[in-house]
Amino acid sequence: MKKKKSLSVITKQKIAGWLFLIIATAMIIVFSFWPMVSAFTTSFKTGSAAKLKWANPITFNYARMLQDKIFKTSLANTFLYLVIQVPIMLILAIFLAQLLNNRDLKFKGFFRTCVFLPCSISLVSYSLIFKSLFATQGLINSILLKLHIISDNINWLGTTGTARMIIIIALIWRWTGYNMVFYLAGLQNIEYSVYEAAKIDGANGWKTFWYVTVPLLRPVIIMTFIMSINGTLQLFDESVNLTGGGPAGTTMTMSHYIYNNAFGTGVANFGYASAMSFVVFILVAVLAAINMKVGDQRD
Amino acid sequence: MTENNTKIRGNMIQRRLIPSYIVLIIVSFFSVFPIYWMVTAATNNTVDVAKGKIFFGTQALDNFKKLVEGTNLWQSMGNSFKYALVQTILCLLVCSLAGYGFELYHDKGKDLLFTFLLLGMMIPGVATMIPLFTMMSRMKLLNSVLGFVLPAIATPFMIMMFRQNSRNFPTDIMEAARIDGLSELGIFFRMYMPVMKATYAAAAVITFMNAWNSYLWPRVVMTDNKAQTMPILIANMANGYSVDYGMLMMGVLFSTLPTLVIFFVLQKQFAEGITGSVK
Repeated sequence: MKKKKSLSVITKQKIAGWLFLIIATAMIIVFSFWPMVSAFTTSFKTGSAAKLKWANPITFNYARMLQDKIFKTSLANTFLYLVIQVPIMLILAIFLAQLLNNRDLKFKGFFRTCVFLPCSISLVSYSLIFKSLFATQGLINSILLKLHIISDNINWLGTTGTARMIIIIALIWRWTGYNMVFYLAGLQNIEYSVYEAAKIDGANGWKTFWYVTVPLLRPVIIMTFIMSINGTLQLFDESVNLTGGGPAGTTMTMSHYIYNNAFGTGVANFGYASAMSFVVFILVAVLAAINMKVGDQRD
Repeated sequence: MTENNTKIRGNMIQRRLIPSYIVLIIVSFFSVFPIYWMVTAATNNTVDVAKGKIFFGTQALDNFKKLVEGTNLWQSMGNSFKYALVQTILCLLVCSLAGYGFELYHDKGKDLLFTFLLLGMMIPGVATMIPLFTMMSRMKLLNSVLGFVLPAIATPFMIMMFRQNSRNFPTDIMEAARIDGLSELGIFFRMYMPVMKATYAAAAVITFMNAWNSYLWPRVVMTDNKAQTMPILIANMANGYSVDYGMLMMGVLFSTLPTLVIFFVLQKQFAEGITGSVK
C-alpha cells in the first residue's frame, strides 16, 4: 500500500515535468520545425503565393538556381564575407581578450566597455551609421580629402570592391566585442596556476598562448565559429540597409535575395524563395557539422 | 626597502604593458567613434554632417521637430516597446518553465527531446519566414502583437540557458517544499523563480534587446505602417531619394537609446545573457 502511494507521487512528478516543457516544445515544433518542413515542400512548387502548384518538373526551382546569376553572386558574396570576416574577427577577439585578461592591466573595465559597446547598437542602426560615414558626401571622404590622401570623393558604396570591403569592416566592428565576451568568460575559467606552471616550464608568451590558452579555449572557439558561420550565412540587415545589395546586386547576400523574391515589390515567388532558403539551411547544417567534427578530432 | 622593490617591479610591469595600452586605446577609439559620431550628427544639419563636422552642433531641436513631424516616431517607439516587453515576458515564462522541467525532472526521454529541440538552433529565420507569414495571415495575426512575438517565444537558446543555470538549483529545497505541501507548479513560482533571479535578469536583457532590434521578421509580418517598429522606421527614412542626415541620425539615436541605456545600466547581465549557456 505504502509502496503504491510513493510510486504515484513519482508518477505525478514525472507528469508535472512533462507539462512544464510541453508549451515550449509545442511552440518550437509549430513555429520552427513545421515551417522548415513546409518550406521544403513549398520549394517544389511554383506560381504566385495565392495559388501554388507542384512544379513541373518537380525540381524546377532547384534547376533554376543553377541558371540564376544573381543567386550565384549572392552565394559567392555570402562566402566571401564568411571567409574574410569571420577569421579576422575571431582572431582579433581572442587577441583583445588575451590583452584584457592581464592581471596587472589598469582601466580594464573601461576598455572592455568600449570594445563591447558596438553590441548595444541594432544591426539596422549601425548599417545606417556606416552608410552615412561612407557616403560620397560623408565623413570618411572629407577626412581623406583634408589629409590629401585622395583628391576626389570616392564612391565607396557605389563600387563593388569597396562596398564589399565596407560590409566586412562594419561586421568586424559590430561583432568583435561580442565574441570577445565569450573568450573573456573562457579565459577567466583558466586557473592562474596553469600559466605559472607554463612559465616555470620555460614557455614564452606566444608558446603559452598557443599550447595552453588555445587548447583550453577550444570549446568556446568552436562555439563562436559555429555562431559566426550561422550568422554570416543569414546576413540580411547589412545587405539591405548598408549597401542595398548594390551596386547592381553585387554585394547582395542570400537572405536579401530570398527576401526580395518572396516579399519584394510585385513578386511573391514563394516556391523559388523557399528552395533557396532550403539551400541556406543545408549550408548551415553542413558547416556546423564539419565544425563540430573538426573540433572533436583534435582531442 | 621591500616596499620600494614592489614599487619598482610594479613600474616595470606597467612599462611592459605600454604596447597593450596603446592597442587597447586605438581599438577603443574605433569602437566608440561611430556611436559618438551618430550622436553628434543628430545635433547638426545635413550640410554640416556631409562636410564632416564631428563636434556637437545646435540643430538637435530642429532635427527632432522634423523627425516628429515627418515620421510616426511616437507610434513606432510605442510599438517597439510593446512588442519587446510582451516577447520578453512570454519568452522568459515559457523557456524558464521548460528549462526547469528539462533539468530538474530529467530522464532519458526528456534528454532525448532536448537534443532534438537543440537542432532547431540550426533553422535559419529566412527559411521559416515564408511558411510563418502564410500561417500568420491565415490566423489573421498580421500586424498584431501576437504575430510579432509567437515565433520568438520559445527558443532553444533560452531553454538551454535556463537548463544550464538550473544545475546549481538545490534539489533539497524542492523536497522540503513538497513536504510542506507545495504543488510542483508552486515550487516553480515560489522557490525556483526567486532563486534564479540573476538568470532571469540576464535572459530578460538579451530577449528585450533581440526583440527591439529585430528587423527581418517585423518587416515580413508588420505590413501596415501603423504597426511598424523603430528599425523599420529608420530603415525607411534612409531609403528616400535625398536623405537628411541630421534627421536620420536623430532617428537612429532614438532607436538606439533604449538599448544603450540597458547596456550601460545592465552590462553585466547583458554579457551573461550573451554567453548564456556557456559555463
